Amino acid sequence: MVELETAVVGQPRRLPWLAATVAAKIPETPEATTVLFDVPGWPGHRPGQHVDVRLTAEDGYQAQRSYSIASPPEASQLALTVQRLGDGEVSPYLTDEVRPGDLIELRGPIGGYFTWTVADGGPLLLVAGGSGVAPLMAMVRHRAAAGGGPPATLLYSSRSWDEIIFRDELAGLVVADDGLAVVHTLTRSQPPGWTGYGRRVDAAMLGEVFGPPTAGAVAYACGPTPLVERAATDLLALGYAPDRIRTERFGPSGG
Amino acid sequence: MERSGNETDRRLDGNAAGGLLAEAFCVEMTTAVVVCAGCGAEAVVAELLRYGHEMGAILRCAGCDTAVVRIARTGDRLWLDLRGAVNLRVSAAP
Amino acid sequence: MGGFVSRGFRSRRRPDAETAERLPPGQYLTRDFPVLSAGPTPRTSLSTWDFSVVGALPEPRRWTWDEFQALPTETVTKDIHCVTKWSKFDTVWEGVSLDTLLAGVETDATHLVAFCDGGYTTNLPLAEVTGGRAWVAFTFDGAPLAPEHGGPARLLVPHLYFWKSAKWVRGLELVERDRPGFWETLGYHNHADPWREQRYQGD
Ligand SMILES: Cc1cc2nc3c(=O)[nH]c(=O)nc-3n(C[C@H](O)[C@H](O)[C@H](O)COP(=O)(O)OP(=O)(O)OC[C@H]3O[C@@H](n4cnc5c(N)ncnc54)[C@H](O)[C@@H]3O)c2cc1C
Ligand SMILES: [Zn+2]
Repeated sequence: MVELETAVVGQPRRLPWLAATVAAKIPETPEATTVLFDVPGWPGHRPGQHVDVRLTAEDGYQAQRSYSIASPPEASQLALTVQRLGDGEVSPYLTDEVRPGDLIELRGPIGGYFTWTVADGGPLLLVAGGSGVAPLMAMVRHRAAAGGGPPATLLYSSRSWDEIIFRDELAGLVVADDGLAVVHTLTRSQPPGWTGYGRRVDAAMLGEVFGPPTAGAVAYACGPTPLVERAATDLLALGYAPDRIRTERFGPSGG
Repeated sequence: MERSGNETDRRLDGNAAGGLLAEAFCVEMTTAVVVCAGCGAEAVVAELLRYGHEMGAILRCAGCDTAVVRIARTGDRLWLDLRGAVNLRVSAAP
Repeated sequence: MGGFVSRGFRSRRRPDAETAERLPPGQYLTRDFPVLSAGPTPRTSLSTWDFSVVGALPEPRRWTWDEFQALPTETVTKDIHCVTKWSKFDTVWEGVSLDTLLAGVETDATHLVAFCDGGYTTNLPLAEVTGGRAWVAFTFDGAPLAPEHGGPARLLVPHLYFWKSAKWVRGLELVERDRPGFWETLGYHNHADPWREQRYQGD
């Protein structure tokens, strides 16, 4: 694993803007794309952390947004998985406009609280909505790279079967690993013969998927703000301790 | 006056202000612990609720809505207001 | 602010010549109505809502919602400009002019501080809010003002950056010495004239 940059005495640790080169783009779903970056000077990160991305137009106009890191610390390239919002300013640029070789400014890693490594123990309970799966995928991938670790369960809410980000990779990881479970819920449309959940995440679903709190259990919820707040409230009601529930709100929900 | 449970509230976690906080502080601030001046509750900065996105980060107590940390960047200056915090502690471990 | 140009990234909606003339420097035109809030959206029931003028005046003034509605109202069409760089043209509001609310007040005050549900404040020179330049608005586009846009009532001071148009406003405190408000104490310009691009202190 890469060492985090440490502060030199008397010299403040800075969070500089870095020039990241787009190395590749991976279409994940019709609306989500993973952008892989080479980032010279990247100090390493922990699963769950994010970066700030800054874009500058010819006339000096700037826009800045946060994106979670989807790649594990073990990967050589930094992955951001971006959901395209039709009327958005930054996300369509990242999903549609950028191409390999482009330079993008980013800074990070950011956030020391919404993080998890195998050393933190478990069971690990993950609740994702849409692109909120990104930082949780970094945890799942890190756990796999570390050769296992505590049992992990991901409850993942998507609008439809085709909009499940990392669907095949998750299925592959589950087959290879008894300690990992992935449960999908499809909120808008379900394929013929679907027997899984077909509604928004609620208390009953969280109770069925995760069961009552067990010693060491730690929960991470990430995605649209309404989903994250619903999940956090319901987990509290199920008896999970407040300091064992960590949240990452992405903002308003498109649906 | 009751708190709105409306989805139009576009709050984020204090964690999302980590980049801005790192411009002002040399230590990791999202894991700092603050005591709210409004209600005395203790919270990790990452768990405060972030409002005000485009103009700055207004980090509010989840219990009583007090603006515990306010931080904004105006051009080349950073502004920080901690009146809503009784104190703030960070790890000084080497 | 530094930073290199990101290939193919364009400023939002470049204005045509006619639009450009109506846009203060650095602004772009939007057709949406973006929401910017410094806190959660308060819900105040109209039965407990009131509006007051307090501070440096002989008798404080106070109106209940019904009394406020009975005051003479004006319908105005204005361009609005947010410091986060969006502008919106021809927004239609109905409200009570501050001229009406402050009519006949004898005061030594030079400024006012608008106060709001949720604790937000903003300061304005009295001279800037009289003479048909500021309102307490309770409808937008012909409909009751939505909570996320400041309903039941917000201040409307369209000739200044929009943070001066305080949402969820509940009253005005007349003060003899200027007292910077919520954003004005966090680096934003005390006066906030978009045509002079007074975004930040020192601009
Ligand atoms: C810590 C953090 C990590 C994040 N990580 C990711 C990530 O890994 N992948 C990812 O795709 N996004 C992520 N986001 C969200 C991201 O920062 C942007 O908000 C999102 O990409 C929209 O930006 P935009 O410029 O395209 O849209 P904007 O131009 O900002 O908004 C366009 C329209 O979409 C609405 N909108 C804004 N944000 C959202 C949202 N999150 N969902 C639905 N509608 C919205 C707006 O209200 C507006 O109407 C993260 C956010 C945070 C705070
Ligand atoms: Zn509090």
